[in-house]
Amino acid sequence: MTTVSQGQGGAADTSEGAQELAPREAVAAAELLRESGAVLRMSEASVSELAGQVSEDETMIINMGPQHPSTHGVLRLMLELEGETVLRSKPVIGYLHTGMEKTGEQLTYMQGGTNVTRMDYASPFFNELVFSLATEALLDVEVPPRATWIRMLMCELNRISSHCLFMATNGMDLGAVSMMIYGWRERESLLAFFEKVTGLRMNNNYIRPGGVAADLPDGWREDVLTILEDLPPRLAEYDVLMTGQPIWRDRTQGLGVMTPAEAIALGATGPILRSTGLAWDLRRTMPYLAYDQVEFDIVVGTTGDVFDRYAIRLNEIRESIRIVHQILDLMPKGDYRVQDPKVTPPPRARIDESMEALIHHFKLFTEGFKVPEGEVYVAVESPRGELGCYLVADGSARPYRMHIRGPSFVNLQSLPHMLQGGMVADAIAIISSVDPIMGEVDR
Amino acid sequence: MSDLPETRHGVPVTSSNGQVVLHVPIERYQEVVQALFDEGFTMCVDLTAVDFLTHRERSIPGDVVPARFEIVVNLLSIAARQRVRLRVQVFGDDSTVPSLFDLHPGSEAMEREVFDMFGIAFEGHPDLTRILMPEDWEGHPLRKDYDMGRIPVQFKAAPGPR
Repeated sequence: MTTVSQGQGGAADTSEGAQELAPREAVAAAELLRESGAVLRMSEASVSELAGQVSEDETMIINMGPQHPSTHGVLRLMLELEGETVLRSKPVIGYLHTGMEKTGEQLTYMQGGTNVTRMDYASPFFNELVFSLATEALLDVEVPPRATWIRMLMCELNRISSHCLFMATNGMDLGAVSMMIYGWRERESLLAFFEKVTGLRMNNNYIRPGGVAADLPDGWREDVLTILEDLPPRLAEYDVLMTGQPIWRDRTQGLGVMTPAEAIALGATGPILRSTGLAWDLRRTMPYLAYDQVEFDIVVGTTGDVFDRYAIRLNEIRESIRIVHQILDLMPKGDYRVQDPKVTPPPRARIDESMEALIHHFKLFTEGFKVPEGEVYVAVESPRGELGCYLVADGSARPYRMHIRGPSFVNLQSLPHMLQGGMVADAIAIISSVDPIMGEVDR
Repeated sequence: MSDLPETRHGVPVTSSNGQVVLHVPIERYQEVVQALFDEGFTMCVDLTAVDFLTHRERSIPGDVVPARFEIVVNLLSIAARQRVRLRVQVFGDDSTVPSLFDLHPGSEAMEREVFDMFGIAFEGHPDLTRILMPEDWEGHPLRKDYDMGRIPVQFKAAPGPR
């Protein structure tokens, strides 16, 4: 059993010690480079010069979060300010850490989906998808076409709901409070559909190794069509409310600018990378599922600022609507999961009449299925960027190591770079434009 | 796959489920990453580690000596649309690994996470502190000899000493 070390009272109980932003004189040059977002722009020499210019009396280090409403959960930022200008910043994370990678090693592949789906709680299907794809790659199982297309349908709808959530929070962070209500409203209609298909609004555990948990319910096509018809006029409303509106543009344009080279060096993916003008979307550049059979455009920005990242997400909703329309046309008939009793449970009716089905069912849910030894890295394009899963199997029914490469976790590193030199009020806009989901950052 | 060369930049190459894996000795780690960088693998997508304490006999090429820890680095070439994976054997409990920070600033948080979770130190890292666990935490949770920890379920009375 593990013991948590006890704080000795006083500052030690609340302080994170070395994880915090330290005073300038206590920081090494390389670290100072990083905190002032200058890793790619300045040499160590010019930074130490810069460090000498700012006197400690004129700056202050303030703490923002982890309970700040604009930090999307429990992100804590420490900022060094000179007046209202941000000189250095450092994200302090870990407040939501629940050891999910360790938990993943204790669960069977069958149960693993319930664990990973809780990481990025705004886009749970993507987490399940990447885990299932990795497991299937190790098992060398090919899922039936209908399962693939159902997965695509759910993921694209999930992308829409996740981006609607971004529209809501981004609007709220920047003072467009009515936008929050609109964003939640659109998301609600999608969550209602998810509930109808999977039984749950979030943390669905619907995409599982070998296919999906259940076939689409009766009337799903009409439900999806209703959503798809309702959305475009509402997106047009967003354009009136935000995109074309001078206040919104003044507030977001030219903030937190990144270049493609900087984004690549910092490992940023998703809308952040695309906002710099680089057309990198794994659905197109490294296709998985059946994305090579549908038509869609990669939305890219030009300047890499907060406005571009907003506009990219708005237009990605439109592209997803386009994809879903094609999925409705192309949805094949057939099995929704692999008919392999060693991987997927038998249909409920078979259990009553077949001893073998009962045994398979029992074995699957108690022991789980064994996965041959090996290791694999699978990546999908989640609404936030590249979501990867690195699985190491040792031949047993549980992953030997399950690592999730969370896009939010890596994207957060670009914050010091984007915040440097800006105003505190702009920091809110920039954090919002990264769209971090802390469940995935901390895992 | 048979069309893979046996070595690349002087290190053994294998294919794992169709993915290219380079087995890099730790002395040549930075050198190979630099060579791949020059080849176009400019993005460090993922950096993690595996503790093979209870699973020593894994499939690696014959001339690579398996160690307890393995650093796994996923590199991406945007231009060529390719990925490569590096597996670096790390011996001993307290060994240090050269940091990729100078070449890939984006590996910073991931190296901190590996340090936090596995206790592997990165030499040349600007800010090697715990990232997810509290600063005063003892042990490194993702090591295989780190116990899960549990809260006993109380059915009627608190469990007495066994």
